[in-house]
Amino acid sequence: MEVLSNNNLYCSAALAGLYDVFDPEIGLNVVDLGLIYRIDFNDEDKIIIITMTLTTQFCPMGESITADVQQSLSNAFKDYQISINLVFDPAWSPDRISPEGKEYLDR
Amino acid sequence: MLAGDSASGLQQTTSHKVVLPFYVFAAASFLISCALLLLNTDIITQHYFNPKTLAITHLMALGWGTMIILGASHQLLPVLIEGKLDSYLLALLSFIFAAAGIPLLVTGFYLFNTGLILQTGAILVNASVICYFLNVIGSIVESKKYNIHAFFIATASLWLFTTTFFGLLLVFNFSRSWLPENSIEYLSIHAHMGLAGWFLLLIIGVASRLIPMFLISKYSSSVTLWWIFALINIALFAFIILKTSGAYPNLYYSPFLLVLIALVLFGIYNYRAYRTRIRKHVDEQMKISLLSVAMLLLPLLCLIVVIYFIREDSKPTIVLLYGFCIFFGWITALIIGMTFKTLPFIIWNKVYHTRAMGKTPAPKELFSENLFKVMGLLYLTGFILFVAGILILNDLLLKAGAAILLASAILYVINVVKTVFHRVKE
Repeated sequence: MEVLSNNNLYCSAALAGLYDVFDPEIGLNVVDLGLIYRIDFNDEDKIIIITMTLTTQFCPMGESITADVQQSLSNAFKDYQISINLVFDPAWSPDRISPEGKEYLDR
Repeated sequence: MLAGDSASGLQQTTSHKVVLPFYVFAAASFLISCALLLLNTDIITQHYFNPKTLAITHLMALGWGTMIILGASHQLLPVLIEGKLDSYLLALLSFIFAAAGIPLLVTGFYLFNTGLILQTGAILVNASVICYFLNVIGSIVESKKYNIHAFFIATASLWLFTTTFFGLLLVFNFSRSWLPENSIEYLSIHAHMGLAGWFLLLIIGVASRLIPMFLISKYSSSVTLWWIFALINIALFAFIILKTSGAYPNLYYSPFLLVLIALVLFGIYNYRAYRTRIRKHVDEQMKISLLSVAMLLLPLLCLIVVIYFIREDSKPTIVLLYGFCIFFGWITALIIGMTFKTLPFIIWNKVYHTRAMGKTPAPKELFSENLFKVMGLLYLTGFILFVAGILILNDLLLKAGAAILLASAILYVINVVKTVFHRVKE
């Protein structure tokens, strides 16, 4: 699934780190799982706003996954503050899993 | 929301402090039930209305099945109804009343002390169920999400209350005879309100959401689930009316046909979820949970045998087989599978939820998978041997089956303890 952004170069750098953030139950990274909707960079205020979702609104792993996402972005963009915007509309569905993710789960 | 805060929109899940005591109590109950079964295999040759049988049945139904389901549902309710648990206090009270009441109730049955011990136990169990029922209804009303899963859980918890309240009446009926008939005459109503109304509705309501979720399947069919919901409830009402009115005794068991249709629909629902799964690898916990769905057919087979093929004097044995297949078969298989799908998450969250990006094990690494496989094998062997022992009334087979079931219960408890006491490796 495509991740939208206002800065494609920075977005690629952010995604590189997010490929190391995993959903502990499924064992798939949050990018291939399709949890990341959008990453916007505000250079003036040095803020990154990441819009993402969870597989379910009351996901027991939600706190851990969002903490990992925040840590990953903080590592990649040390001068920036991170704002995580969790949304559930549109809700996540298995259709959001990338072809690579589906291939991994197909093993 | 900026760095350091929690993510905006993140919903708090139920605290592990609310859930874990239920799991620990249930594990101990399973172990004690298996030990009691081994010590009392002779109950199989006696009538099912027997103090030891009643004690083991209630320990399995309440201490094992109900306690773990209460614990898990406090954790899973927010996922199912997309809202948070209404009250931690009610959850805690529900545990305290049940943990005090179930041992009294079971002891009362075991010693056949139908006075204060049994009555106090029954009252406390009812208090626990009322707390749970109020919490479920409060959570659903608060969330304002009235989906099919919410209906399953709300209705199941109402049936649970109906079952335990009716049980309370039966307990007092031992000493005061305020029901028109002996308590034994009402046993089948009491049992089936609990089995179909509580266990079956709740398990289908929860499993119909969790099985596709764990398999990563987008299959869902509210229409099928509504049919299942209606068929089971209609069957239960029909059975109670037929049994209490005494009319058409030949039709007593016909409502089971509706339950059979509901189960076939549930089987098809699971099969479709399985066929459309994205995650191809199915772990051992899911396999044993899926097997439990098939194991539901065994008690129904027993019923058909009872109704059409068995002489009157052999019926008590088949009724025992029916009960054994339900409690030690279907419910136990489902629980031992689902314990290690849910408990590791709860513990993982407790231990690792604040440890961002560190080296953390996956939830499935919190318990021993090898121990789980051995436990599963022992459980199935013990179950099959015991069933064979009931069918041919062979005490050696019964003892061997019960001993192997006890061994599987010990491994289950070891794995639960290993998971519950998991600590971060520095």
